[in-house]
Amino acid sequence: MLHALLKKIGLAAAVTGVAVAGMSNASAQQDPIRVGTFLAVTGPASFLGDPELKTLQHWVEKINNQGGVDGRQIELVHYDTAGNAGKARTFAKRLITSDQVDVIVGGTTTGTTMAVIPLVQRYEIPFISLAGGVPIIDPVKKWVFKTPHTDRMAARKILKDMQARGFDKIGLISGTGGFGKSGRKQTLSVVGDYDIEIVADETYGPNDTDMTAQLTNIANTDGVDAILNFGFGQGPAIVTRNYEQLGLKLPFYQSHGVASKKFIELAGEAANGVRLPAAALLVAEKLPDDDPQKPVVTAYKKEYESTYNESVSTFGGHAYDGLMIATQAIKRAGTTDKAAVRDAIEQTSGLMGTGGEFNMGPDDHLGLDLSAFRMLEIRDGEWELAE
Amino acid sequence: MWNRFRNPYAGLPVLAIVLAVLPLAFSNPYHYDVAIHVLINAVVAVGLNLLIGYAGQISLGHAGFFGLGAYTTGILSGVYGWPPLLSVLAALVVVGVLAFAVARPILRLSGHYLAMATLGLGILISIVISTEGWLTGGPDGMIVPTISVFGWELFGETRWYWVMAVLLLVAVWLALNLIDSPVGRALRAVHGSEVAAQVAGVNTISYKVLIFVVSAVFAALMGTASAHYSGFITPDLAGFFHSIEFVTMVVLGGMASTYGALIGAVILTTLPQLLTGFDDLEMVIFGAILMAVMIFMPRGLVPTLTARLRKGS
Repeated sequence: MLHALLKKIGLAAAVTGVAVAGMSNASAQQDPIRVGTFLAVTGPASFLGDPELKTLQHWVEKINNQGGVDGRQIELVHYDTAGNAGKARTFAKRLITSDQVDVIVGGTTTGTTMAVIPLVQRYEIPFISLAGGVPIIDPVKKWVFKTPHTDRMAARKILKDMQARGFDKIGLISGTGGFGKSGRKQTLSVVGDYDIEIVADETYGPNDTDMTAQLTNIANTDGVDAILNFGFGQGPAIVTRNYEQLGLKLPFYQSHGVASKKFIELAGEAANGVRLPAAALLVAEKLPDDDPQKPVVTAYKKEYESTYNESVSTFGGHAYDGLMIATQAIKRAGTTDKAAVRDAIEQTSGLMGTGGEFNMGPDDHLGLDLSAFRMLEIRDGEWELAE
Repeated sequence: MWNRFRNPYAGLPVLAIVLAVLPLAFSNPYHYDVAIHVLINAVVAVGLNLLIGYAGQISLGHAGFFGLGAYTTGILSGVYGWPPLLSVLAALVVVGVLAFAVARPILRLSGHYLAMATLGLGILISIVISTEGWLTGGPDGMIVPTISVFGWELFGETRWYWVMAVLLLVAVWLALNLIDSPVGRALRAVHGSEVAAQVAGVNTISYKVLIFVVSAVFAALMGTASAHYSGFITPDLAGFFHSIEFVTMVVLGGMASTYGALIGAVILTTLPQLLTGFDDLEMVIFGAILMAVMIFMPRGLVPTLTARLRKGS
């Protein structure tokens, strides 16, 4: 039995030993610039993480083929979080302390991003997040930046359009998932700036299959001029179908959460006439030729679609913007010294990305304004500029 | 002489030495981080093993207790400003009382029905955490303050490693103690045949309730520790998949073996970290390893290996 016990312990030691050996650092080379990333490539948020990773991999390769940044090659270190905040935290720690990356571009979801913020702040490493949430950059955190527009900006863009069309009483319907909830909160917080009143406020669960009751409630409220749906996934498509089934004629707005071809497929005919704010990338070819953003978005779209043979999404665009901001900051700083790179990122100005023109500053670690969003209308199953 | 080594407590000092020596192999905080996650999972697995391995009751909802513990201390210390030690204690009480309250009706069930009931309980807890955003921060999670005791702040990987290591030693000692007590013998009788145990005068219900509450509190304790260690919690902690992970650790390591549960936690926590290099193949290899172990060692890793070694020696 002593023998058995010792063997048992030996096994434990062996397992741990193997574990530790496998985790040890790759030798710290001075030459390449190490860009770390952790993305939700699998799991429920994979439709965000997958195009993000593909974008990073392709453009890192492209930059390297063109001679790298300041003659230094880029090395991309990637881990898959599956959207799990705990895993994100461990991988971020691994990127920082074991892989010793120079900058992190990643964090697909707000949850995974928020989980690593305490780490990047403590280890003082520049971090560009690809997630939407407002709390990532508000209040401003010294080492944290992000590229996607916030849901507050989307709410403002929609409300501005409503105001311009003379609507002052609207009905709100939102999903109870993370996206819809945050959108509802941001809409309520800024609605006062546009002289618009929310007269009906309905919600639906992520797995609901019929929202006619909520829509009927809204339609029966006195004086409603327009309806806004803030939601994500299949919910908004069902709302849109129900909307048509009820024969409602009110102007109908959706959020940027439906800015994917999938929504038009799911909602079918009913999608026609829906207005939504979205990045210019969706209507790349339809932008007027004098639009300053046109060259960037058409080039990105063409290259992504020809490389991966699938239609482009705004999410991959966020990763492209993050990589460009990071590499250009390193180029301007002329070093990978973390503090210098951080300062250079903060000084980003006039950088035209797929999400809009980035003009960052000490108080603004996003750097986009409302012009980054375009108001689109769906006509005959296609995105068209509404403005 | 031989009997001395049959004593399961003999493993305890060895475990202590391993835990004490292990940091020599760590070269950066990431290694500590992985070790801390191993320790967290190990304590939960040791507790869950009492329920699954010894009492023969399945629970697919233990992550619910883990998450409830994490969120209770997170909310009390973060939102209401309680001192963290007090909020940890409160979390244990909350989970203990909840587990006690649901244990009687739930443990009346057996087999698939018991699995379903615990599954439902875990999912309920995780739904409440996700939807009550005003309190819990919703799906995006919430920030949890660090623990400080008399001005000494429990922060950083090294300090947490030692705290977790002590927790594991205490948990293993408690578990061994419980198994070796009349309660443990009664539990094994319940596992063998509940009717026979009742006939022999064992109050099966109250023993099952006791062990259910103990294992829930183990999970809650590590939930609170993990919340204060990482400083940020999300509803994933209480999710269904997390529960399955805990059960897998117990089954893989070997049911009714405290050290087996421990080894299960070590493997299931470190393996994904080792396999990340394989990218898309990661899940395939991970699954294949789990399947191979379960096919060739259906009793779990440690019981099978010890049985083989015993036969050999």
